[in-house]
Amino acid sequence: MKKYLYTLFLFLASQTIYAQSDSSFFFSRIKQDSTKLKLNMDAVYNRPFLQMGKLPVALGGYLEANSSYFTTDGISEGLSFQLPRLTMFMSASIRQRIKFMTEIEFEEGGKEINIEFAALDIELNPLFNLRGGVIMNPIGSFNQNHDGPKWEFVSRPISSTTIIPSTWSNVGFGLFGKYARKNWVWAYEAYLSNGFDDKIINNKENRTWFPASKANSERFEESFNGVPLKTVKMAVKHRKVAEVGISWMNGVYNKFQDDGIVLDKRRHLNFIAVDINTTLPTKTSLNGEWVWASVDVPKTFSQQFGKRQQGGFLDIVQPIIKGRILGWSESVINLSTRLEYVDYNVGKFQEIDANIADHLYATTASISFRPSQQTVIRANYRYEWRRDLLGNPAARTAGFQLGFSTYF
Amino acid sequence: MNIRLLSLKCLIAGLVLFSCDQISPKAPEEDQILDGPVNDLTSDQKIRFLAGDAAFNTEIFTSETGLGSVFVATSCGGCHAGDGKGTPFTTLTRFGQTDETGNKFLHMGGPQLQNRALPGFMPETIPDGATFSKFTPPANTGLGFIELVSDEDILAMADPDDKDGDGISGVPNYGTLPDFVTPYAHAMPKNGKYIHRFGKKAAAYNLLHQTVNAYSQDIGISSTFSPYDVYQGHEIDPEVSNLTIQNVVFYLETLKAPIQRNQTDPIVQQGKQTFINIGCQSCHRENLKTGSSPVSALSNKTFHPFTDLLLHDMGSGLDDGYTEGSAKTAEWRTPPLWGLGLSPDSQGGQYYLMHDGRARSIRQAIQMHGGEGQASNNKFEKLTETDKNKLITFLESL
Repeated sequence: MKKYLYTLFLFLASQTIYAQSDSSFFFSRIKQDSTKLKLNMDAVYNRPFLQMGKLPVALGGYLEANSSYFTTDGISEGLSFQLPRLTMFMSASIRQRIKFMTEIEFEEGGKEINIEFAALDIELNPLFNLRGGVIMNPIGSFNQNHDGPKWEFVSRPISSTTIIPSTWSNVGFGLFGKYARKNWVWAYEAYLSNGFDDKIINNKENRTWFPASKANSERFEESFNGVPLKTVKMAVKHRKVAEVGISWMNGVYNKFQDDGIVLDKRRHLNFIAVDINTTLPTKTSLNGEWVWASVDVPKTFSQQFGKRQQGGFLDIVQPIIKGRILGWSESVINLSTRLEYVDYNVGKFQEIDANIADHLYATTASISFRPSQQTVIRANYRYEWRRDLLGNPAARTAGFQLGFSTYF
Repeated sequence: MNIRLLSLKCLIAGLVLFSCDQISPKAPEEDQILDGPVNDLTSDQKIRFLAGDAAFNTEIFTSETGLGSVFVATSCGGCHAGDGKGTPFTTLTRFGQTDETGNKFLHMGGPQLQNRALPGFMPETIPDGATFSKFTPPANTGLGFIELVSDEDILAMADPDDKDGDGISGVPNYGTLPDFVTPYAHAMPKNGKYIHRFGKKAAAYNLLHQTVNAYSQDIGISSTFSPYDVYQGHEIDPEVSNLTIQNVVFYLETLKAPIQRNQTDPIVQQGKQTFINIGCQSCHRENLKTGSSPVSALSNKTFHPFTDLLLHDMGSGLDDGYTEGSAKTAEWRTPPLWGLGLSPDSQGGQYYLMHDGRARSIRQAIQMHGGEGQASNNKFEKLTETDKNKLITFLESL
């Protein structure tokens, strides 16, 4: 798999070099939609692409790199540098109203290569379109809208990566559509796809851990249990007020039968997420997401593995300087803060009348500089309080992150 | 370079470093935590300690790595948060033995109940007719010192016939060694049985014995030392290496002893005097000493665990009808009191004291002492409230 992806990458790179030697093949940036009709769920269409001449193929991508220095209760592992991800996009108009788009991510210097999105869209009617391939399940807002350059923070939101296992994509098929009238936009997506497996309650994290299913690359070949994961999202936006989305994901995570023999009952999991974003008259933008997840964990298994989880984040971003900075026109400096909470195990111990803890709070302050819309250079200070299952004194982690993220 | 510019850069760099130092979470004081190695380990011993620390606190077992099929916990650290005491959530249930003739329910899953199971499997239940007792996991700290107390010293503290007439007897628990345990060079066996010292009933001989049993009975992990699967009862391939077990044993041996806090506080000192005056120290002996050890940091040291490592009859109130080794059902090994005041930091901010966590405060724990501890309990009740509080303040300082 890696070999083929590298070959594709080299092919595209060689085309770029070739294109640069021929003026008719120079890349040109495709103009982005500025009608404010785009929603969070349209993130795959809301990226800067470069087009080679008149070819019906467009390319893009983004890179993230950062350094970090964290201390936990007085102990630090020192300064380290990371390249969390290099992502390549490609889109192609196969025929009128038939489009292909893909997103391939190289994580941590190529340690992991993932096809995060590779879907064919067939547009039949604004309210009724077909999508199939590797789709990003539309749960919450961050999963589909996860490009690094869009965010003022180096780290991704914890609830969006450890409850919702962003980026969570699977092979599947479904429908999407949109309706716009005056200032209002309404849209939906609905998919059936492969889904989770029993690793979510059998993992090295020692808690219910939805991202554990991402390690199962076979989910791109076959379903773990033959029951499709259902994901539905609806969002409504008033162009001058706010966008609100509500999404739901439901599936079965266990292998309840094998070779025709029933082993267990079907054990379901459910996610409900709400997301909202708006910009206040003060140009302050608010962007948040909250998710509730529940899992049918066998009663005879350990309470270490929670039956309910919840968490979310709120980003508050305030532009403080706009204009020409260091010679770059239309630059922006933002001050931002992120508030986060995640509870991995909502409930009480069976043995004692006490709440199960296993939760964390975090806050991050950020100053970011955007020399263009596509590039962000950001400095973050983050403080986190994390309690173990029993609610013992919180482990405190704090540190600095400095990095950039840019579309190219 | 422009001197002003250089100065400005130095000032900014200094401010950044100062800020890092000021707004990073500080390490807790050494006497506020239980984990960490004894002082003066050599470099190779520190590397071994860290390997054991990782196996003990970080290694989480899954079905692929051998967990279960029935179990109590998924890791060692799951029962001993921060190397401290556990809670009722991780309490162990033992069943099936009522006297020194042994456990009559080994064929039915004894001696330990595995009350959790992987999906698809059924956890154990206590068989009809079996008595049982619940054991809250103890703190791990300072165990290497306790392991090095000589049999001779333990026997010197015993008074099985209460010859001194103080109402305190104290007997060691003699047990049979499993094949994988080698007795100490200066062990003092009796009728082929050896003095055991670890556990609520002092039923484990040394830390290797304790560790192998915990892997097997708590997590369902087989080893070359204990190759039987607790669910099937069959011999299976080892699921943890000998090296890992030895590293965990070394980790437990070299965890530091808890450090007493506020020793010079007059209230603590007065409370300690009360502790002695009402006879607590007859069993909770302050000072023990280690013998020689290849780890020089442990060798020939005097330490302060507040235990005599002996079994004492604690009365009918604490008699669950279950026992281990040669102990009687009402007999319990004197638990070390060091680290007592830090218990809430590993017990979710609460106290769960006595063998099964039934005492929710130090005061309650004292009041639950019966049998050989009844006289001290009576004396405690006659103390003024001020003196009671001073005694409790002293115990909280341990």
